[in-house]
Amino acid sequence: MNIWLVMLLGGLITFGMRFSLIYLFGRFQIPETMRRALHYVPPAVLSAIIFPELFLSDGALNLSLDNTRLLAGLVAIMVAWFSKNTLITILAGMAALFLLQFFLFPS
Amino acid sequence: MNNQVKTFWAGVQAEIPLLIGVFPFGMIYGALALDAGLSTSAAQMMSSIVFAGSAQFITAQLVHESTPGLVILLTIAVVNLRHILYSASLAPYLAALPTRWKALLSYLLTDEAYAPTILHYEKAGITPHAHWFLLGAGFALWFTWQIATALGIFLEAAIPESWSLDFALPLTFIAMVVPVLKNRAAIAAALSAGLVALVAYSLPYKLGLILAALVGILVGTILEGRKTQRGIS
Repeated sequence: MNIWLVMLLGGLITFGMRFSLIYLFGRFQIPETMRRALHYVPPAVLSAIIFPELFLSDGALNLSLDNTRLLAGLVAIMVAWFSKNTLITILAGMAALFLLQFFLFPS
Repeated sequence: MNNQVKTFWAGVQAEIPLLIGVFPFGMIYGALALDAGLSTSAAQMMSSIVFAGSAQFITAQLVHESTPGLVILLTIAVVNLRHILYSASLAPYLAALPTRWKALLSYLLTDEAYAPTILHYEKAGITPHAHWFLLGAGFALWFTWQIATALGIFLEAAIPESWSLDFALPLTFIAMVVPVLKNRAAIAAALSAGLVALVAYSLPYKLGLILAALVGILVGTILEGRKTQRGIS
């Protein structure tokens, strides 16, 4: 299959999923349980992305002290908890990673 | 300033912190897509035709491995399944819009546009100008993604790995998830999803992410249901 055809169909599939329930809303009622469940989409999806980024190194669990991303991530979690500020959290996490990589655990 | 413009800019503003993480991600995509053997125009156009970060990375990788088109399409579908959940989640707030608005906003509905938008909607409730917020967040991201892709293509693989700028993206997600952990059900949803994501990480086609998300949602919903039954809220 031509790369342009793959991209076009891939784009249509992606758009179709994004459009699906926004378009169909009102034509069928979302059950109360599902509505309640949707509140847990952000914590569940975000954590499912975050955990492997922090705990895995090359696909393997890494709980050692030289897992600088885990340590920097924990710093970011603390900063996020107290500051509730996205920008400060990112800067603190990046600064922590930089310090850990270049000073404490240079590879 | 009228309310539409004000809401649009509120959306742009809410998106700005995420753009710090998105920009290097887009540059890396541009460089990697070129490395994978896509033409300059294909690498750039994928950012507007598909417009979905992880699916674009995977497509570039699969093209590089000469994967059959049908398998690539199936992979894109599975990786992007979560967008059906986003669509359902935002639908009540966009229900009154004409179809062309719904189509435009659906095109712009990425992870990074969804996250600040749903947080805003849950706080603000259903308002007549709500769609301008998503338009602002979505357009800011779209515009940044195109520029970042172009810059990545231009700089190709010259981005040194030691910069670790890709780490800004998980940090962004951390900054977004921590404030929503307001009760035991939400914390349990986050922890269970995270643990399942680790255990199921090696599943093909990013299915581990989908499985983890579903488990987290289930755990949160069940815990909230129990609490309601006992009459404690």
